[in-house]
Amino acid sequence: MQSPLPFFPQEASNFAPKVDAVFLFVLTTCLFFAVLVTLLIIYASYRYRRTSPGEVGSTSEGNLALEIGWTVIPLIIALFMFAWGAIVYVNYRTDPTNTLNIYVVGKQWMWKLQQPNGKREINELHVPVGRNIKLILGSEDVIHDFFVPAFRVKMDVVPGRYNTMWFRPTKIGKYHFFCSQYCGTNHAEMGGWVTVMDPSEYAAWLSDEAGNVNPVSAGEKLFTQLACVTCHLGNGTGRAPSLNGVYGAKVLLADGTTITADDAYIRESILQPKAKIVAGYQPVMPTFQGLVSEEQILNLTAYIKSLQSQPVPAKGAGIAPATTGKK
Amino acid sequence: MSTSSTPTTGPALKLPEKDYLNATYGIRSWLLTTDHKRIALLYLVSVTFFFFIGGFFAMMIRLHLLTPSGYLLSADTYNRMFTMHGVTMIFFFLIPSIPAILGNFLIPLMIGAKDLAFPKINLLSWYIYIVGGCFTLYSMITGGLDTGWTFYTPLSTVYSNSAVAPAVVGIFITGFSSILTGLNFLVTVHTMRAPGMTWFRLPLFVWAHYATSVVMILGTPVIAITLGLAAMERVFGLGFFNPAMGGDPILFQHLFWFYSHPAVYIMILPAMGVISEIIPTFARKKLFGYHFVAAASLAIAVIGFLVWTHHMFVTGQSTYAALAFSFLTFLVAIPSAVKVFNWTATLFGGSISFDTPMLYAFGFLGLFLVGGLTGLFLGTLGIDIHVHDTYFVVAHFHYIMVGGAVMGYLGGLHLWWPKITGRMYPEWLARIAALILFVGFNLTFFPQFVLGYLGMPRRYHVYPPEFQVYNVMSTAGASILAVGYLLPMIYLTWAAFYGKVAGNNPWPATGLEWTTASPPPTENFEVTPVVTWEAYDFHNRPELGLDVPGQPGITPAHGDD
Repeated sequence: MQSPLPFFPQEASNFAPKVDAVFLFVLTTCLFFAVLVTLLIIYASYRYRRTSPGEVGSTSEGNLALEIGWTVIPLIIALFMFAWGAIVYVNYRTDPTNTLNIYVVGKQWMWKLQQPNGKREINELHVPVGRNIKLILGSEDVIHDFFVPAFRVKMDVVPGRYNTMWFRPTKIGKYHFFCSQYCGTNHAEMGGWVTVMDPSEYAAWLSDEAGNVNPVSAGEKLFTQLACVTCHLGNGTGRAPSLNGVYGAKVLLADGTTITADDAYIRESILQPKAKIVAGYQPVMPTFQGLVSEEQILNLTAYIKSLQSQPVPAKGAGIAPATTGKK
Repeated sequence: MSTSSTPTTGPALKLPEKDYLNATYGIRSWLLTTDHKRIALLYLVSVTFFFFIGGFFAMMIRLHLLTPSGYLLSADTYNRMFTMHGVTMIFFFLIPSIPAILGNFLIPLMIGAKDLAFPKINLLSWYIYIVGGCFTLYSMITGGLDTGWTFYTPLSTVYSNSAVAPAVVGIFITGFSSILTGLNFLVTVHTMRAPGMTWFRLPLFVWAHYATSVVMILGTPVIAITLGLAAMERVFGLGFFNPAMGGDPILFQHLFWFYSHPAVYIMILPAMGVISEIIPTFARKKLFGYHFVAAASLAIAVIGFLVWTHHMFVTGQSTYAALAFSFLTFLVAIPSAVKVFNWTATLFGGSISFDTPMLYAFGFLGLFLVGGLTGLFLGTLGIDIHVHDTYFVVAHFHYIMVGGAVMGYLGGLHLWWPKITGRMYPEWLARIAALILFVGFNLTFFPQFVLGYLGMPRRYHVYPPEFQVYNVMSTAGASILAVGYLLPMIYLTWAAFYGKVAGNNPWPATGLEWTTASPPPTENFEVTPVVTWEAYDFHNRPELGLDVPGQPGITPAHGDD
């Protein structure tokens, strides 16, 4: 399938040609300088070789113009490399809108992935070709890293926070993904395959298997099991704010600031409820650190997200009134 | 076996009657010595010991990776091998190698002093190093260490089942040896230069060590604190870095790299210093752009402190932080480039001989060029998202640390072996060894650049079969490399006892260290020398006996005065 001495991996995402282009530019520039210096050394070694045992060299000891030249010219070239690399990186770190979001949880030593409709996979990722895919990465234990060489992208998966990465697969096929942050004993075996499919095949695959757990209903069940529902009443009369419409909206905090209720905020509010208290409420919520897994947090988040469309009560709403801004 | 560059052919070379080696006898005279030259030899023995331990781990790694499924070691054992290879080589070989051996031996000689400013603290440094080494060896024997040399949390503080605490304590302790050595060098260079030895007459070896000492003093306390916090989290369960206890694992990486990136310059700056001595000596010409090379050392030391998060571009750190640190990373590349250009320019108009140290200098130039330039790839944000944590990184830092620092170290050992032992090594054997090292090194590490770009992550005990061909090349190269390291160790040891007597200045070179006897007396100089010449000036030094145009040839004089 591949040549016995491959040099470049396959290019299978929107980033692959971009990264390869910068790489080839830096490679060509560096080769030029490396060859130049090597040839100069070889030439000088031959031209100025010692011909008699007592011979000494010339008295030259420097040249200001040369020093300035070989400081400034490399600097300009280096800044050009910096700028080109920065453009690709900023593009990579800026998530586009309208992405297909897939949750990825790393744990020693496997990957658990969940499609938007709740379909779960282990060490396998199916994605449609040509669509912007965003991975939301969390870890159960140590730091991992999700790396797809054919896509030229990777991102660390850090416990205690969500990282995101995105790419647009451009070629149907099956590609390796690896854990590239050392994570203990079976680090080398913590990998799998990304399958890039035709969109219609992907849709068929997605709706295929029965028994998929819908994350929203799983989250709703947890919401009752963990007794969240006893305080977070939908009509705003509970000891805790209503969560209707909260996801993605601004929340007014006790210290007067506002914050957008995103995945990270919800996660923090579950694990460290006292970190950010909604204005008008007491810090009475217990921590769920160690009681819920990363997957369960994702399910709870999915449920809270589903409450976006529910009617927001006039009193006891979690979201900030439209008139109050930052102090 | 005669050195082609030696103009003196007289048969009358003799070792001095009394020198630092035979001044006193017995084990106490070594273990309680305050002579910087003897302490340097204590370091030489202990650092070589650790080098061969680290080398053994490296051989295990390379043998294991010969096949994709890894036939030699279990996953846990493999992880211990690469971790202990890294820890041993970095903290117990590379960081002390050139400063504590060659720097210790040479700085007082080069500036015309009798010893370092604090001889007893110098001895204390060695004992601290040994105590730290013992803790780390204890960790290796009782359960090993499998966290990677980077000790990333929470793997190291919560999840690892290996002997993390003693290893961390060992590195913590050894750090103080580094700090004290740096302090000793700084004070010595400031206060103990001989009459006439102005700052800009100092050999660049001394400038490089001055810059290194600054990094040692400012950086090492940070790694001590960091590892101290990690040890407390592991042993007492305090939540500094463990997110389950409200800690931040990324904070550890910031603290760790705040030292460990500048530590790279602790390893490479002294090697650059050695190269700046070798090239003028064997080109018989002043180093081109002396002031720029000296300033470049300081610039590297300063900017080197401002680039640490380039190890963390894919941790999810802020995009703006990444932009700033990538920019600064490109800045730190410039002074290194300036040095390479100046070394190359020195060759033009020189009178070049190809003695072994010069071969190492050429090897250094070639390998450092590759290592330095591939650093640009990693500093380029867009490329780093692909090659970060792959074999590309492994290849890059081995080109810097082994290709650069170790080539410099071996080049320096050959250059000053006649001064240290009073005897010459077998020249042709040494040249062949240098060549073997160069070939073996490239065969080992060049394929790893390709492996990395193809996407093979680091620290894998098994790998997909498509990566095998490059791994086989790398293992083959490592076997050649091993021979290349064993040879100098054997013939240098032999030469220390049976080599041809070298005389005071066999090359000849211009530094003050060459004006005294080989080996030097305990007090270094019979009479405090007075310096009346610029560094690397072959033209105004008639006592060297060279054919300077417009000067009558003078037979070489021995000693000073």
